[in-house]
Amino acid sequence: MSLIRYQAPELTPWSASDRWSTLRDELNSFFELPFRAGFARAGQLFTGWSPALDLYQNTDNIVAVVELPGMRREDIEISLHDGTLTISGERKHESTNGDKAERTERYVGSFRRSIALPTRVDANKVSATYRDGILTVTLPKAEEVKPKQIQVS
Amino acid sequence: MNRLTRENRDADRTQTEQLIAPPASVIEAGDGYTLELEMPGVTKDGLDISVENNELTIVGRRSLPKIEGQLIHHESRPGNFQRTFELDPSIDGDKISAKIEQGLVTLTLPKAEHVKPRKITVS
Repeated sequence: MSLIRYQAPELTPWSASDRWSTLRDELNSFFELPFRAGFARAGQLFTGWSPALDLYQNTDNIVAVVELPGMRREDIEISLHDGTLTISGERKHESTNGDKAERTERYVGSFRRSIALPTRVDANKVSATYRDGILTVTLPKAEEVKPKQIQVS
Repeated sequence: MNRLTRENRDADRTQTEQLIAPPASVIEAGDGYTLELEMPGVTKDGLDISVENNELTIVGRRSLPKIEGQLIHHESRPGNFQRTFELDPSIDGDKISAKIEQGLVTLTLPKAEHVKPRKITVS
């Protein structure tokens, strides 16, 4: 028995309608991205918008950095409950009648990200900035979990 | 009929630097197109937009906030952004304008005068 290599069918010109080309681009980009990144985006295909979140830890703070391009400050919500940080929000669809979307890769609608914090934080001292589409949340560690120097008398 | 901006992926491949293709949306209005690209961490100074041989290239160099400490959870992809589109012949390349707000690049690509719909009055 001989094996015949699978050959992807050529896309016919008439199928290049907007919807199909968008799907095709999406699939192409899926294969072109490095595995981990492609995997993350594949998740987005099914669940909607899931912005990338990084978490840092230093002696005094836990810092969360979230990529949220094109939001308005008032549409971002940050909450802290039971050691879990939740960032949610909504990106509104800005469209006027008569406009036609040719390509839609940006996600609109609401998102919600939650992450369990590794240590206890002081909820009253949490601060956040939103600049250049990046949200930075600084969560100072609770006094009792901070490393302490004990003087030998 | 007119596909605004066909993407040129081959142009990206010649680059050796690891570049991220930012998500883009294209909206067609009566007199032109709007192209939106998501480039979180890019400021006005880091943005470079050029048109050459009917190809529109958008490069975004990021200036990310420096955070001290150990990275304990990592999802973001490092690197700069780049994406290239082929301009539809109906677009007036000299009249493209751009702005960046909170990491969202918005390009306005007006159609050339001769392709705009116009009404002809019967005399």
